[in-house]
Amino acid sequence: MKFEDLTTLRPDLAFIAHWVRDGAHVLDVGCGDGAMLRYLEKGKGCTGYGIEIADDKVLESTRRGINVIQHDMEAGLGLFGDNSFDTVLCLSSLQMMQHVEALLRDIVRVGTEAIVSFPNFAYWPHRVALLKGRMPVSRSLPYQWYDTPNVRCATIYDFKELAEECGLEVLDYVALAEGKPVSFLPNLRGSLAVFRLRKKAKRA
Amino acid sequence: MQFAEPLLLQSGAQIDNYTLMYETYGTLNADKSNAVLICHALNASHHVAGTYADAPKNLGWWDNMVGPGKPVDTDRFFVIGVNNLGSCFGSTGPMHTNPATGKPYGAAFPLLTVEDWVAAQARLADRLGIEQFAAVMGGSLGGMQALSWAIMFPERLRHCIVIASTPKLSAQNIAFNDVARQAILTDPDYHGGDFYEHGVVPKNGLKVARMVGHITYLSNDDMAEKFGRKLRNAAESNDYKFDFGIDFEIESYLRYQGDKFSEYFDANTYLLITKALDYFDPARAHGGDLTKALASTRAQFLIASFTTDWRFSPERSREIVEALISNRRQVTYAEIDAPHGHDAFLLEDARYMGVVRAYYDRIAEQLAGEAA
Repeated sequence: MKFEDLTTLRPDLAFIAHWVRDGAHVLDVGCGDGAMLRYLEKGKGCTGYGIEIADDKVLESTRRGINVIQHDMEAGLGLFGDNSFDTVLCLSSLQMMQHVEALLRDIVRVGTEAIVSFPNFAYWPHRVALLKGRMPVSRSLPYQWYDTPNVRCATIYDFKELAEECGLEVLDYVALAEGKPVSFLPNLRGSLAVFRLRKKAKRA
Repeated sequence: MQFAEPLLLQSGAQIDNYTLMYETYGTLNADKSNAVLICHALNASHHVAGTYADAPKNLGWWDNMVGPGKPVDTDRFFVIGVNNLGSCFGSTGPMHTNPATGKPYGAAFPLLTVEDWVAAQARLADRLGIEQFAAVMGGSLGGMQALSWAIMFPERLRHCIVIASTPKLSAQNIAFNDVARQAILTDPDYHGGDFYEHGVVPKNGLKVARMVGHITYLSNDDMAEKFGRKLRNAAESNDYKFDFGIDFEIESYLRYQGDKFSEYFDANTYLLITKALDYFDPARAHGGDLTKALASTRAQFLIASFTTDWRFSPERSREIVEALISNRRQVTYAEIDAPHGHDAFLLEDARYMGVVRAYYDRIAEQLAGEAA
């Protein structure tokens, strides 16, 4: 996939791709159809693996030609050695996890840097919905409360706190709206939160 | 195909002269880059796909996988099926005449390892002029051969496809194999392996061996669903018989499978193949470190396992995947949620076939990309 195509089809991925350095060894946790990893391989000379549990996504990823490992993220990243990746991606998957903290700690273990994205629950239309007394349903949270795969709701501020607790230093974060960064009141105006994180140096 | 150059075996023995039976499907392209080698498991042969004109019912053992328009598409790939040494489908084996004695080898046929088989297969590839396979593929014991190809001849295959296999047998696997062997070895008709001269076959031993083996190929759920506690001929009488004949459907099924098997399979072959399974352990030479054992590999891998396979469970496949990842090898891993246990690798399943097809499409694209 060319960068222009990625920009059109998945603007959020296109933005995030800027944060991955050329030639990086990448683990994409919850790689979906493999579009991101394929782009990173073709466009930025990256290598790596994707993890995915769903049969149909594993098939799509195989078709795209990426190294996809069918595996349940809830079971952790035991297949991967300590510090074996330059960058670990976990894009729009974390909110579906039972064991968010355990996974985040595992991401810290296997990678040097991490890029994590999730739907920002504090996005203003969500707040409006809650004010009206209803659970938010939006383009970034397109499910009803009873059938959503998203079992965790977090805001930008909440995640920042957990990331730091798990041994990650926040290098950067943005809130995206329609794939474009929002700089003014991001926790209010951004529907997708994206964090760029680095493993904290161990204190001697 | 006849081979006159002696083959030195891992055991130290050698076979001076041997025949390998093989079949091919499809057409080898001009640059000989589209060849696929299919390695068989315990009871199969070189007859991978299709039927013969004179035996229209003799369908190849992987016909759902290999053929025109199938996941391993013989319109695009040149597929080779080979019968391993020591087997009983035409390649040199214990039932053939030992040139040293003029009598059938019997138990004197040397024990072979998976690596020995692969060495012999490599000679076949040499003769066919194939320097590098597009893929070497196998399920179960066949997967061990594919993995060994990647270790022993890293440059001779682009892709290695290992299905429902394991990097080594567990104590439980070996235990089942030994029960099977004991059934054969203690059959009075075995005659120390020289039953050919006595004009008999250790049919009972082979039958029991097959029954034990067959149990390990099926999942508990599958067996429960297919047979449960159903009584045989329940329509006539739903009472227990109070004897040692057949009460339950499962008994009838296993005995039938055992009988059928003992009609066509060779007892010495069964013994030596189970031994080859037991001995397989490429990590052994590396202090048990599979990552080191796979360090020499250069191929790209597709590994697949089945959730209900308790003979070679997904955990075993994951060990291979983990070792490949540690070596930063290209690997795709599919864990197919299928109900049929170990046997699933031979059965039709849309997800399984879909992944294999997608993977072969990728191989074809690579080949086309290079030719262009």
